[in-house]
Amino acid sequence: MTDDIKTLTARLADEPASLAFLELGEALRRRGQVEAAYKVARGGLARYPTLADAHDLMGRILGDQGDLAGAFDAWAEALRFDPMRIGALKGIAFLYFKAGDVPAALEHLQRASEIDPDDWSIRQAIDRVRSPTQPAQNASPKPEPATISSGATPSPADPVSSNGHVEQGVMLVDGNGLRLNGTLLSPNNEDVGDRVAAELSGVSKEASRTSRLLGLGTWQAIAVESPEGNLFLVAPTPETLLLTVRDSSLPMARLGLMAERAAREAREWLARHT
Amino acid sequence: MSEAEAALERVTQVPGVRGSLLISGSDGLVVAERLMDGIDGRAIAALAASLVQRLDRATNHAGMRAPTFVHLRGDKGSVLAAPGRSDLVLVAVAGLDANLGLARVQMLDAVGRLV
Repeated sequence: MTDDIKTLTARLADEPASLAFLELGEALRRRGQVEAAYKVARGGLARYPTLADAHDLMGRILGDQGDLAGAFDAWAEALRFDPMRIGALKGIAFLYFKAGDVPAALEHLQRASEIDPDDWSIRQAIDRVRSPTQPAQNASPKPEPATISSGATPSPADPVSSNGHVEQGVMLVDGNGLRLNGTLLSPNNEDVGDRVAAELSGVSKEASRTSRLLGLGTWQAIAVESPEGNLFLVAPTPETLLLTVRDSSLPMARLGLMAERAAREAREWLARHT
Repeated sequence: MSEAEAALERVTQVPGVRGSLLISGSDGLVVAERLMDGIDGRAIAALAASLVQRLDRATNHAGMRAPTFVHLRGDKGSVLAAPGRSDLVLVAVAGLDANLGLARVQMLDAVGRLV
């Protein structure tokens, strides 16, 4: 437990009626301790059911947990109590964007921009949603070369990426089949990341079992050729899987090198976010 | 020699390949095999079929057609799988010293000849 979490935990224990739960919940969430963060936020909401900050915090936590419907409801509650809550507007915008509803995403981002015109991250998000590279309007029929990098892809808790660029064709998946980072588009530009992630949930275990039982040692990679593209799977950590997809014109060996590099970056990203 | 036996023969002649087998992709049963002693064909068939099925679903969700070749690489060797027509999958087990490029070419050619 880090010092700030210890301090905040102690403060909340001393003063259960204080708003320290907001800081503590956020600190836990940022450390990836989302279950603990959820408990703290739930306790705070029980005490302050009309506090927009608490609902906003709950929205971020539920988003991190992959409960996007719950996150939407939490952010909607935050806006009910504080219609100018920028974090909730950005969060809901991200969920609409993820669902392919670009007009609704833009509407929420524009509302956020009107509240704080100096927030550059909102302007970046608007540009990105309007950009032809976003999933619903991507003109490119095939995924473009890209690698995973910190902050390059929006997450439910951080809808606005640091550089405004959506990475495509590289996706990091956790052991439960939930997308942690990255974007995957089908050849007709549909965002298929979550569906593919869910299907990949058991691949790592399957590969481990196969390798072990056949005396092949620890599995290193899975290369899959398909007429529409090549897939390359590696495990940056024992609990995660990194999928890299490219057009079949890219030689598999090069795709493998690309995937290894992306796996290194994914490990760094995971180290920063867990 | 049947088409299946000819396919297995070609693949097992590739240096480093320990054995090959033809399996039913949907149920993981062995159709024909040519394996070195000590290699359990039934286990390979079941495991390879399961892995190929899962990857088939993943490519399907990604908007792609079924895989034409799958390579699972371990730190002591590899499993190669080439799904073909009629639910058949040609599978090979290879050591670290195997010529995987040649094995792939032979497998794709061989599985394409199977009815």
